[in-house]
Amino acid sequence: MIKNISNLGDAALYCDFGKDVNKDINTQVIKYFKTIQKKNILGVNNITPSYNKLIISFDLKKINFNKLKKIIDNIEIIKGDSIQNKKFEIPVCCEKEFSLDIKRLEKKLKMKEEKIYESFFEKEFFCYMTGFIAGMPFLGDLDENLRAKRLDTPRVKVPKGSIGLTEQFANIYTFESPGGWNIIGNTPLNIFDSTKEKEPNLINPGDLVTFKRITKEKYQNYYE
Amino acid sequence: MNKNYFEIIRAGINSTFQDLGRNNLYHIGVPFSGAMDNRNYLLANKLVGNDYDDPVIEFAYQGPHLKYHGDKINIAITGDVSFKIKNGDNLIDGECYQSFILENGDELDIISTNKSVYGYLAISGTFDLKFQWSSCSTNTKAKIGSNNGEKLSDNQKITIKEINNNFVNRKLNYVNTKIENIRVIKGTNFNYFSEEGKKIFFKNEFKVSKLSDRMGMRLEGKKIENIVDTNIRSEGLIKGVIQVPADGNPIIMLSDHGTIGGYPKIGVVVSADYDKLVQLTPGSKVKFQEVDLNSAETLFKLYDLETQNLISQI
Repeated sequence: MIKNISNLGDAALYCDFGKDVNKDINTQVIKYFKTIQKKNILGVNNITPSYNKLIISFDLKKINFNKLKKIIDNIEIIKGDSIQNKKFEIPVCCEKEFSLDIKRLEKKLKMKEEKIYESFFEKEFFCYMTGFIAGMPFLGDLDENLRAKRLDTPRVKVPKGSIGLTEQFANIYTFESPGGWNIIGNTPLNIFDSTKEKEPNLINPGDLVTFKRITKEKYQNYYE
Repeated sequence: MNKNYFEIIRAGINSTFQDLGRNNLYHIGVPFSGAMDNRNYLLANKLVGNDYDDPVIEFAYQGPHLKYHGDKINIAITGDVSFKIKNGDNLIDGECYQSFILENGDELDIISTNKSVYGYLAISGTFDLKFQWSSCSTNTKAKIGSNNGEKLSDNQKITIKEINNNFVNRKLNYVNTKIENIRVIKGTNFNYFSEEGKKIFFKNEFKVSKLSDRMGMRLEGKKIENIVDTNIRSEGLIKGVIQVPADGNPIIMLSDHGTIGGYPKIGVVVSADYDKLVQLTPGSKVKFQEVDLNSAETLFKLYDLETQNLISQI
């Protein structure tokens, strides 16, 4: 449940669901997101769910903080209504040219490459949120032994399709972008497609994701 | 078909098509985009008799040099901009906030913005553009919007779909003023900063860095010390949020910002000051001034009223 609503500037509500990051809290955030989205409240122009926060921004010409807060305070979330989880299997190639930081990770985690991949590919991930760059999914949770910090100096360009790890999360770079996550492989799959206006994101909050290792040959011929 | 077009002799530094931007896509990672300086965008459209939300060309610092081919058309430029119009052997000094007629073969050379960043070019008609999520706004980082998500480049053509035969000469007396005090509401992580850091934020001067673009504005000044944590759990961002990363220098989120961020938020620029904020050139000195929510709402009402007033004077 929302623990506190405050203002973020003069044109957004900051809904705080607490400090913890886990599936239960995030599921609550997503439920609120979907309920509010369906209400089509006049003046609301963006709703951004994250691990444990929900930010609702609005057009100050149409509504203000106090009026919108009242509406959100009184929103009822149907109990037991579960969010629909779609399931995806994402192909990943881990050849040297794609696994830019695997050697670095071996050192950081004091684990052998094979063990890192074994642990990574076994896992089923939950999509907490999407964003930063268009369509980028934030997936959790990595096993404790796979958790590493960001690179000390972020890369200016992380290649499109890169699979990155940081702390308890994995993500996918939907297009070339600056970034500091530890890159362990690359997917040939297009995760964000701006030409599909209704569903540009392959993976959405609440979805479940597993990764499957593929050969370089399969990677190269993926779209054939 | 499409016999009316501009030939781009020089594209300028960062010339893109913009309109009001796109809503309700933060949750998938797509920011608003849209014209950085909303007031000047609206005024440009009104000066050529367009709908208020029609696409325009936004340029930064150096604008495009265009050669026009086709039936006569009205244009207007807003902001603080130096430009010339070449009609045969005549070279006319252009004036902002005034409509000008372009005829076949005329050249429009937008030389530069003066002590400001963004300017706008509107035409009495519609550009032939691709819309995504009901907006033509180009987001060059995500390659979204018109012109395949790219800024304009030399030697390309800008085709015009339709000309509205609206050749009324319009003019407005308006001078852009430069902002020195940016008004700010305290952010959700204000208490992450030391007493000294908070004082620095509201008392000291900051300099706008060269590393500023449509995504964000970086500022340099005395380090704002964080005493809690230099990272927070990543969460949503909005336009105007001021984040302070570990180096202690503020970054203000602008129209093409990343939708999620993990740095503490020390403040948020009030909506009323956004248009003037984006016009600050690198090297400009600014101070932050604290206001509460009520005052920010009043300031916005005044800002909006003034904008409506200006529009109604055209």
